[in-house]
Amino acid sequence: MTNLNFISLYPLWPELMLALFAFIFTVFGAFRGNTSTEFILKYMAGLFAFIAVLLIGLPAEKVSALNDMFVFDRFAIFTKIVIAVGMILVCGLTSRYLREEGLTKFEYPVLMVLAALGMFMMVSANHMMSLYVGLELQSLSLYVLAAFRSKSLRSTEAGLKYFILGAISSGLILFGISLIYGFSGALSYNEIAAQIATLEGAALTGLVFGLVFLLSGIAFKISAVPFHMWTPDVYDGAPTSVTAFFAMVPKIAAMALLVRLLSGPFEAVFDQWQVIIIFLSIMSMLWGAFAGLAQQNLKRLMAYSSIGNIGYALMGVATGTAEGYAATFYYLIIYMMMTAGVFALLMFMRREGRALSQIDDLKGLSVMHPKAAYAMTFFMFSLSGIPPLAGFFGKLFVFEMAVNEGLFALAVIGVFGSVVAAAYYLRIIKVMFFDHGDEPFDNFVSKGRKLVLATSLIFTLGLVFMPAHILSLAKQSTQTLGLYAYTQAPEADVDLETLKDEPGLLDN
Amino acid sequence: MASSEFLLAYLPIVIFLVVASGLSLAMLIASLIVARQNPDAQKNAAYECGFDAFEEARSKFDVRFYLVAILFIIFDLEIAFLFPWAVSLGTIGLFGFWSMMLFLGILTIGFIYEWKKGALDWE
Repeated sequence: MTNLNFISLYPLWPELMLALFAFIFTVFGAFRGNTSTEFILKYMAGLFAFIAVLLIGLPAEKVSALNDMFVFDRFAIFTKIVIAVGMILVCGLTSRYLREEGLTKFEYPVLMVLAALGMFMMVSANHMMSLYVGLELQSLSLYVLAAFRSKSLRSTEAGLKYFILGAISSGLILFGISLIYGFSGALSYNEIAAQIATLEGAALTGLVFGLVFLLSGIAFKISAVPFHMWTPDVYDGAPTSVTAFFAMVPKIAAMALLVRLLSGPFEAVFDQWQVIIIFLSIMSMLWGAFAGLAQQNLKRLMAYSSIGNIGYALMGVATGTAEGYAATFYYLIIYMMMTAGVFALLMFMRREGRALSQIDDLKGLSVMHPKAAYAMTFFMFSLSGIPPLAGFFGKLFVFEMAVNEGLFALAVIGVFGSVVAAAYYLRIIKVMFFDHGDEPFDNFVSKGRKLVLATSLIFTLGLVFMPAHILSLAKQSTQTLGLYAYTQAPEADVDLETLKDEPGLLDN
Repeated sequence: MASSEFLLAYLPIVIFLVVASGLSLAMLIASLIVARQNPDAQKNAAYECGFDAFEEARSKFDVRFYLVAILFIIFDLEIAFLFPWAVSLGTIGLFGFWSMMLFLGILTIGFIYEWKKGALDWE
């Protein structure tokens, strides 16, 4: 029936390893108790480092597995390595924070591994079923993480809000999938692509209708306006290490899922989805910029910043070209690296053992902790896109792709949004350098956080020396998108008629 | 497949929906129009075996009941999966056998977890 040779399952090795270690960590934690949390976190960072190396070593040709539900190609490798690197950074940010906040429970790293497993499945999904299962595995883990500080009203509120709105978005996705299935008769990406070519008139409209629902659900997951409402509350209420996780990693997986979906089965209806993506992009950029101006809390500010930045990333998707997608992922990688640094500094903000997150708490930082203040300054300049810092190159390439494809209005609105958003990034610098404050923070930085901060800072400052390197890697990976380069023909579906003929299966 | 022909396949469902909603609406409206309406406080009260209701129906339960119920559902479903698997084992072969073993293995890990976490201790 199916070849279960372990070697032939090589595209699934990273996922199998994640699943296996999620179980090992669960059992280990169940026996050793919560004291094993930091130990598990360390091993988890090692696990992701190993997976990243493994992914580099695996052959990059496009193959599918699990009856064509799962696809493995250069794009999957590239995105999964980015996710693994993000997970390592999050591990560095998390371990000390959990102890400081009294959240050391071994379920925390287990949930992170499961979320990563879901993300890996999303990146490789080649079938509506694997798409949905991957998405749900990731989302369910994230709901629990958002509510992880179960004694705090705000954290449980964040978790509940995220859960309810996430359930609605899952409903939208399922409804969209059912419409797509109804009009195309297919769930596999390849078959949908083949069916769309034969559809016309009302049936095509119906399918696009389903696509709109599907896109709405995914827009919720990447927090694009108008599906962003959960973001500020969840970012604010969740423990800071969870917020850092949310801001850095899951969106990359959701974006990979979106790009694979749009460039594959729905390539034929490009004209229809491009309008939606442009709309999401413009709204996100503008709303992220204007609503961010009114924020007093750094975590909420980072939420609006992430909404705005998703708008810029979507600009690359709106071009519908492999170069555009590459620019999107380049942008997201840069954003992930900068955000890691910002959150490392955010976790540094503690007075008398209490975590702070108001912008006003940064007053006088340049006098009391000049190093932190300068690092923060670099990140803020980078986020607002000032050359020669990393954020500038991210914006540069998405704008370039948009202009190349003739999306001038989109690029102009993007520049406008970027100028408005610069105001709130610059305000933080102003508070740190020109406002007076005399209460220093607890002067303690954990080793993990220092490493993350250093990595992030080196990336932000050093990208100028080789800006095109990661971009060319991203381009190589997105070239492989699209459905038409298979080495292995999809297997025929089992239909019910042949099952009926087999004795003993249905007639008992 | 032409789209009209395609939609025609759903005609029985549409007819069913129309008949179902029409019939229930007809009953509701008929009872509103035809029956004599003469409500008083006693008639509008919740009916419970002829007595007045003693208390709110929404009382608090110990959360452990829910925990037990949820744990029960997991193993209940396990049986629901195991039964057809056992019946068709001859047909699905070794692949089917190991798929179920994998499923049971994952459930067992969950079981170890809940046991060690004390979810099964009542006191």
